[in-house]
Amino acid sequence: MIEMKNVHKTFGTNAVLRGIDLSVAKGSSLVIIGGSGTGKSVTIKCILGLIEPDSGQILVDGKDASIGDRDAFLARFGMLFQGAALFDSLPVWQNVAFRLLRGSLKRPRAEAREIAIEKLRRVGLTPDVADRLPAELSGGMQKRVGLARAIAADPEIIFFDEPTAGLDPIMAGVINDLIREIVVEMGATAMTITHDMNSVRAIADNVAMLHDGVIKWNGPVTDLDTTEDPYLHQFITGSATGPIAAIR
Amino acid sequence: MTPLIAALATLGRVALAFFASVGRVALFAASTISHAFRPPFYARELANALFHVGWLSLPVVGLTAVFTGGALALQIYAGGARFNAEAVVPQIVAIGMVRELGPVLVGLMIAARVTSSIAAEIATMKVTEQIDALVTLSTHPMKYLVVPRVLAALLVVPLLVGVGDIIGIMGGYAVATGTLGFNAAAYLKNTADFLQLADILSSLAKGAAFGFIAALMGCYFGMQSGRGAQGVGRATKGSVEAAAVLILAANFLLTGVFFSL
Repeated sequence: MIEMKNVHKTFGTNAVLRGIDLSVAKGSSLVIIGGSGTGKSVTIKCILGLIEPDSGQILVDGKDASIGDRDAFLARFGMLFQGAALFDSLPVWQNVAFRLLRGSLKRPRAEAREIAIEKLRRVGLTPDVADRLPAELSGGMQKRVGLARAIAADPEIIFFDEPTAGLDPIMAGVINDLIREIVVEMGATAMTITHDMNSVRAIADNVAMLHDGVIKWNGPVTDLDTTEDPYLHQFITGSATGPIAAIR
Repeated sequence: MTPLIAALATLGRVALAFFASVGRVALFAASTISHAFRPPFYARELANALFHVGWLSLPVVGLTAVFTGGALALQIYAGGARFNAEAVVPQIVAIGMVRELGPVLVGLMIAARVTSSIAAEIATMKVTEQIDALVTLSTHPMKYLVVPRVLAALLVVPLLVGVGDIIGIMGGYAVATGTLGFNAAAYLKNTADFLQLADILSSLAKGAAFGFIAALMGCYFGMQSGRGAQGVGRATKGSVEAAAVLILAANFLLTGVFFSL
């Protein structure tokens, strides 16, 4: 279980997180929605320790995320970055098997390659992709490789940052389905950030809406269309009029 | 605020910014050295950096040295002729290349080629979230990206300086024997007799210092890069400027130290 308690983060004079309270139950899939620049990425980067919150507490399975063995903590996570963040200088299979080639989860090179190819298959890529460089792949293929890397070490918790950004609707649908399948199959806890309402409906068990640095709405995905919350309603309908300023 | 106070305030801000930068670079250098002695060590990354910093820099180092050695021979011959000292060409080319021009020119070439490349690569990794990805994959960016590059430059730039010294001397030799009428055997004997071990050691020590500075600046500016293409461009430009200035300043200091020994 992941819990955030009154988490604040300010960059210069810009208070991005103003007291986030959020919890994600083990094995469930939470999707965080919200406008651009509302701090969605900052939220998950705080959990991972990539950004240090100014105040508040982040607990993973009841333990403070900022205390203890960092490597062991991070070994529980997988993350798909918005732009896939593949390492340009490494072939695809070494990107996927990165964690398996070094550190506490290190395996023999041949075994790591086998696992990488298996994970590539899992995300719908053929083994001939394994020896290509990331720059030789399309955006959709790079996202899949990023997804394969995120699941390579069978993590307990997976974060997806804008998994369908920049993809055509068909590829976005494929990625959404893959994420849902993988999360269910692995029994992993998932946190996804997206603007894409199709992704929300495909991936989420629960939805949280972030606005003005706080969680404005939090509930099951089935309540999304029946809610009377004006912020959520405006966001879902994509209306220019409502409590959320269209020009921020 | 009076103009005098405003000017002093500006001066104060510039001085504070300067010393803050010096402090950040010093902390970065200390962190690099500290990580270099603590596992995990990434041998494959080090080998890769040795290849890129060392082997792939050989052509530019060789070309720079050969032309400089040749030009130096011509200059000394022409200048020496003014007081009938044309015969000192082998000695002056040797000492000029080994003690000064070899290390400085190799250092500056490394700053142009390697520092810029390291800064651009790491800065791009930063803006595309590859550095964050490294962290989430339980890999420390200082250990994986910075230490191998700095260590490689520290080890391989002295070798490049040695190679540059030899090629520079041979450039002078080619010009002196080919166009200035020097005897080939006498030229080489004069060069070998005149050079001392201390000259060679000071050259290699300068190479190590310049290699460290060049790689450190590339890594530092890359890691501090701002967002977007402009951030990468600024990081690259800043790294080369800082490396070149620091190499020349370090050369002055080291030359003073070696003279005092």
